[in-house]
Amino acid sequence: MEAMDEIHVQQTRRAFLERGTLGLGSIALGALLHGGEKPRNPIGGLEGFPHFAPKAKRVIYLHMVGGPAQMDLFDYKPVMQKWYDKDLPDSVRMGQRLTTMTSGQKRFPVAPSKYKFAQKGQCGMWMNDELLPNLHQCADDICWMRSLHTEAINHEPAIAAMQTGNQITGRPCLGSWASYGLGSMNEDLPAFVVMVATPSNREQEQAISSRLWSSGYLSGEHAGVPFRSKGDPILYINNPDGVPDAVRQRTIKGINEMNELTYQELGDPETFTRIRQYEMAARMQASMPELTDLSKEPEHTFKLYGEEARKPGSFANVVLMARRLAERNVRFIQVYHNNWDHHGNVNGRMPAQCKDVDRPCYALINDLKQRGMFEDTLIIWGGEFGRTIYSQGGLSKTNYGRDHHPRCFTMWMAGGGTKGGAIYGETDDFSYNIVKNPLHIRDFHATILHLLGYDHERFSVKYQGLDQRLTGVEKAKVVKELLA
Amino acid sequence: MIALRHKTAQSAFIICFMVFLPAYASGESAPSGIHWAFVKPQRPSTPPISNTKWPCNDIDRFVLKQIEDSSLQPSVETGARTLIRRLHFDLTGLPPTPADISAFENDSKADLDSALEKLVDRLLSSPHFGEKWARWWMDLAHYGDSDGYLTDQLRPVAWRWRQWVVEAFNRNLPFDRFTIEQLAGDLLPGATTQQRIATGFLRNTLSNREGGADLEEFRVLQVKDRTSTLGTVWLGLTLQCAECHDHKHDPFPQEEFYRLYAFFNNADELNINAPLPGESGKSAPAKIAYDRKRHELLEPVSDRLEALQKRWEAKLLDTENNPGRDHHWDRELELLGLIWGGNLGEGQLEGLNILSKPWTQRTPIESARLQDYFLRKGSRIDEKKFKELRIDELVEQLGELETNLPPITRAPTIVKHHVYRPTHLHTRGNFRRPGKEMQPATPGALHPLQSQGTPNRLALARWVISADNPLAARVVVNRLWQEIFGRALVITPDDFGIRGARPSHPGLLDWLATEFIRRDWDTKAMLRLMVTSATYRQSASLTPASLARDPDNVLLTRYTRQRLSAELVRDNALAVSGLLNRRIGGPSVRPPQPESVIKESFSGKWEVSEGPDRHRRGLYTFIQRSAPFAQSVTFDFPDNTRPCTRRIHSNTPLQALSLLNDPVFFEAAQALAARLLQEGSPSTHERLYRAFFLCLARAPLPSETARLEKYLAAQTDILRNAPEEANAMAGKPIEGLHPPVQAAWVGVASILLNLDEFVTKQ
Repeated sequence: MEAMDEIHVQQTRRAFLERGTLGLGSIALGALLHGGEKPRNPIGGLEGFPHFAPKAKRVIYLHMVGGPAQMDLFDYKPVMQKWYDKDLPDSVRMGQRLTTMTSGQKRFPVAPSKYKFAQKGQCGMWMNDELLPNLHQCADDICWMRSLHTEAINHEPAIAAMQTGNQITGRPCLGSWASYGLGSMNEDLPAFVVMVATPSNREQEQAISSRLWSSGYLSGEHAGVPFRSKGDPILYINNPDGVPDAVRQRTIKGINEMNELTYQELGDPETFTRIRQYEMAARMQASMPELTDLSKEPEHTFKLYGEEARKPGSFANVVLMARRLAERNVRFIQVYHNNWDHHGNVNGRMPAQCKDVDRPCYALINDLKQRGMFEDTLIIWGGEFGRTIYSQGGLSKTNYGRDHHPRCFTMWMAGGGTKGGAIYGETDDFSYNIVKNPLHIRDFHATILHLLGYDHERFSVKYQGLDQRLTGVEKAKVVKELLA
Repeated sequence: MIALRHKTAQSAFIICFMVFLPAYASGESAPSGIHWAFVKPQRPSTPPISNTKWPCNDIDRFVLKQIEDSSLQPSVETGARTLIRRLHFDLTGLPPTPADISAFENDSKADLDSALEKLVDRLLSSPHFGEKWARWWMDLAHYGDSDGYLTDQLRPVAWRWRQWVVEAFNRNLPFDRFTIEQLAGDLLPGATTQQRIATGFLRNTLSNREGGADLEEFRVLQVKDRTSTLGTVWLGLTLQCAECHDHKHDPFPQEEFYRLYAFFNNADELNINAPLPGESGKSAPAKIAYDRKRHELLEPVSDRLEALQKRWEAKLLDTENNPGRDHHWDRELELLGLIWGGNLGEGQLEGLNILSKPWTQRTPIESARLQDYFLRKGSRIDEKKFKELRIDELVEQLGELETNLPPITRAPTIVKHHVYRPTHLHTRGNFRRPGKEMQPATPGALHPLQSQGTPNRLALARWVISADNPLAARVVVNRLWQEIFGRALVITPDDFGIRGARPSHPGLLDWLATEFIRRDWDTKAMLRLMVTSATYRQSASLTPASLARDPDNVLLTRYTRQRLSAELVRDNALAVSGLLNRRIGGPSVRPPQPESVIKESFSGKWEVSEGPDRHRRGLYTFIQRSAPFAQSVTFDFPDNTRPCTRRIHSNTPLQALSLLNDPVFFEAAQALAARLLQEGSPSTHERLYRAFFLCLARAPLPSETARLEKYLAAQTDILRNAPEEANAMAGKPIEGLHPPVQAAWVGVASILLNLDEFVTKQ
C-alpha cells in the first residue's frame, strides 16, 4: 500500500479508537440519526410535535377527481325547478370568472338537479335520494360542509390547491406534512400511502400522477408512496425473477454487514440510516403478502363493502385496502377516484360514480366503528371544486352538463374528532354564492391540522425566503363548529 | 432520512455565530446599514494563519483561519484512490476505471500535486464534464421534455437546448457569455443559430394546453416564472415574493417586480431550425423543391384561398377583441392557442403571434405555417367554400409533399414580440386587475443599469452579469461550491436577501466571487481551484467528537460525504457493469420503467427506447413532467416547475427496494457478475479485488473478502438446490460456468451495487 493510503488507514484507526465502543447499538446515536431538517421525535416526527393531543391519528382522504356537482348530491336547491332553462341572473353571477369552456356561451340556462332529494338522519341533511342509499344511513356520522371555496378554476391548479394549499404544484401535500410533522406509527410500512382507484365509468378522466403527492421542498421520505393494485403494490417490492427469498435475505444481510464496516470506518450517520432503511425494506417486503391478501378477509367484509371489493383497483377494493392500511397504522392514506368532471351527460355518468362510492363509504365508516377506529381515524371526502348550476352544452329536463365552479362546493368528513351530523355553511338558491359560513380551503386545512394535533400557525418550513405553511400566508382559522 | 448536515442543530448554529460574526462585525464586507449581499464584494486579503504548510491555494487560507480560530484542526489528506473517485464524480459524474486508478497512483508516487493537476486537467477536458455540469444547470433552468400541467404534451425538441449547455460547459464558455446568450442570445448583433438556441433556457417554463385554460393567464404565468427564475438563478433573490405585494423583508417594492417582468413580457416563444452537422446539406435542396411544388399545388386557387384566409383571420381578430359574442369563434381562437404545435414542442402562442402581425410583415415561413394551420383547421369560416376548393385534398397532397422533406432538428428559442407589449402592475398579483403602466427597469436597491432609451432583454442580461452586480458572482460561486463540497457557503442558495443565511465564510465567498470576475468568468478555472485545494483533499472520516462539535461540517474540518444524485446513482451502476452507453448528446431517451408509472401520465404512453439507448446517462432520460422517471423520483429528482437550487439527499426504504429490485440495477448486477467472471483471473480472491476496484475504487479489506467468500459459498449452496431460480438469476449463461455459481456472483455484484459507499461520494 502506498504512503498516502497508509496515512489514511492510520487516521482511520485513530478515528475508530476515538469512537471507542460507540457502535451500531447506541440508542442515543440512533435517535440522533433519524434525519430531517429539524430534530426528530422517536417515531421520526418533529420534536415538540404534535402541539397537543391529536383527535385523529390517521387520515383516509377520498379525493373525487374532477369535482362532483354539489347541487346534484348534497346542496339541495328546490327553487331551481322553477328556473329551468331560464338564464342565470347577472345579479347572481356578478361577472365572476368562468372557464373558457363556457365563457363564450350565449346563455347560462339554469339546469335544476334532476334528482329527488330527501332529509336524512336526525340532523336532517338533505341528500340525493336516488343515488346514495347507503350513505344516507351515515348522515348523522358525517360532518357536512356545504360552503367550501377555492380560487382555482382549472383541475390541476385546483387539485394542487386542495392538497398543498397552493395552486402551483411542487409544494408538499397534506400527507407529506403529516408524515413530516408526526412521523410514522408503524415499523414496516410507509407513513403516507397513495392509491388510485379505477372508476367503473371512464368517460372523462383527469391525469393523476406523482406530482400531486410529492413531498415538495420536504425530504423525499415524506412523499406519498404509491400503492398499486396491479403489478408490484409498491414499486419494486418484489424480488427480481429468479431471486429466491433465502438468497435475498442473505444479500440484505451481506449489504448491511458491509455497510457496518463502512460505518465503523467513516462514522457517517447516513450509513447508519441506510442500514436501517434496508431493514425496513426487508420488513416491507415481508409484510406485503399478508397485507395484500384479501382472501383472509371474512365473508361479511365483502357483504359490507360489496362484491366489487374483490376486484383489484375498484373503489371498493381500494377503500378496503385503505382500512387494512389504517389498521396497520399507516398515518395518511390518500385515495383518488376519477371521472367526476361532468361537463356533459350528468344523467349518464352520475349513477355509476355514486354506485362506485356509496357502498364503500358507508362500509368504511361502519367497519371503522366496529373496530373501534372511527374515533381516531379521519375520513375526508370531496373534489377540488364544485360545478355550475347553469348548463354547459345542451340542456333537457333529464340531462345537462356542468362547468367548473370554485365559489362553493360540498365536502364531508367523518370520524377523527369531527362532529357527526353537523351541517356547516349555506349557499344561495343557485348554489352559486355562499351566503353563510364560508369555508376557504385554508380554513379547512387548518381544521384538519388541528385534528391531527397541530397548531397550523406554528407549523412551517423555511423555503425560498419564506416560512412556508400548508395554510399559506393569509390568515387561516380552525372551524370549531366542525369539531366534536 | 436526511443527514445530520442539514440539521439546524443548535451547536452548529452557535459555531456559525462564534466564527464568522466577529469577522463580519470587523467590517470585512458590510458597511453599516446596507445588507451585506447588496454591497459589491471587495477583494479581501488572505488572512494570516499559523499552519502555513497546509494550504494548497488561497481557498485553504480562508478555511484554515476559521478552523484555527476555533482551535480545531483539518483532517488528514485522503488516499489517492478515494481522491480520484471523488474527482471523477465531481467533474464528470462517472466513476474511474481500474486503469485510471492505477495510472493516477503511479503518477502520484512521484509527485502528488502534479499528478493531481494532470488528473484534473484530463477530467476538465473530458466530454463528460459538460454532461455532469449541464445537469447541474438543468436543475436551475427546471428543464423538462413536456409541457407540464394536465395534458402535459411532449416537447420533443427541448433537448436541443440541453445539447447547447453540454457543449457550452465543454468549451468552457465564459459564464458572462453563457448568461447573456441564454437570456438574450437572439438580441446579440448578428445572432448565430447557436446563440439563439441558448435562449432555450427561457423555454423551460410550463405550458397549459388544458381545454378551458385562459391563454393569457398562462402566458402571464410564464413571464412571471421567467422573472422569478432570473431572480433565483443569478441574483439569489426571492423576487417572486414581490409579485402580489411589496417584498416583506427585502427592499423590493411590488412595482419593481413588474418593471423586471416588463423585460420578459416582450419575449415570445418561437421554434427555429437548428440543424445538426450534416442536416443542412440534405435539407436545403429538398426545401427548394418542396416550396416549388407547394406553389404549383396552391397556385390555381391561391387568390380564392387568400381571400378566404383573410376572412378567417379577420373573424379571429374580431373575436379576440370582442370575446363572448360567439361561443364557436371563441373556441376557434382558443384552439389556435391550445393546439398549435402540440406534442411538437412548438411555442404555444406562435400561431396567435403570426395572426396578430400584419400580412405584409410576416416572413415566408410564418405565412406558410399559418396557412398550413388555416387549411387544416379553418373550415368554420365557410364550410361550403372549403368543399368547393377541395381543401381536404390539398391538405392531403401537402402532407405527402412534407414526407419528402428530410427532417431538420428544431430548437425552442425566444424572440422579441413584434410590437412593444406594454406592462401594467398586477394589483395583488392578479393580471385581470391591471394597475399603472410599468417601464422595464432593474431593482433600485442594486447597481444601476446603463442604457440609452428603453432597455431591452440584452441590456438586462448585461446588467445581470456585470462586474458591478454585488450578487451574481457570489450566487454562482456559492452554488459551484455547494455542488463540490455538499454544503454551500450561504446555505440558502436561493435567498441572499435579508432573511437568507449569512455566509459561513464571508471572506472566502467574496474572494471566490472576485476571483471569478478576475478570471473572466472562467468556470473551469474556479472548479479547478476548488478541487485542488487542501480543503477538498481532506478525509471524510469523522468521530463522535467532531460530529458533536460541528455536525454540519460548517468549518470544513473534513470532507462531507454526499449521496450521489438520482442520475449518477444509475450512471454509476451502468458504468461499473459495463452497460453504459457513453454517447454524448442527442434527443432524450426512454429507458424501461414499470407500466403502472407510465399509466399515470395524461397520455399514458412511454415508447421504450431500444438497444443501447436503454443505457444512456441519466441526464438524457426523457422528463415527462407529470410522471417523471420512477427511479429518479425515488432518488430525489427535483420538482421541475421552478428552479431547484439544492437537491435533497434523502435515504429511504424505497431507495433500497429500487437498488435491489429495479430491473436496471438487477441487469447491472448480472452484467457486472458476467464481467468479473469473464474478464481477468479465475481466482475468487482476484475477482473480488477487481470488483472492489470497479465499484469502489479501492481494494477490499481482508474482513470484506472473508465475508463475501462466505456469502458466495452459502449462496451457491442454496442455488444448487434451486436450479430454475439459479438460471433466471444468473442471466445470460456463461459457457463453462455452473448457473448457481454465476447466480451467486450476481448476488455479490448486487451487494456491491447496494452499498452505502457505492452510492456515495466520499
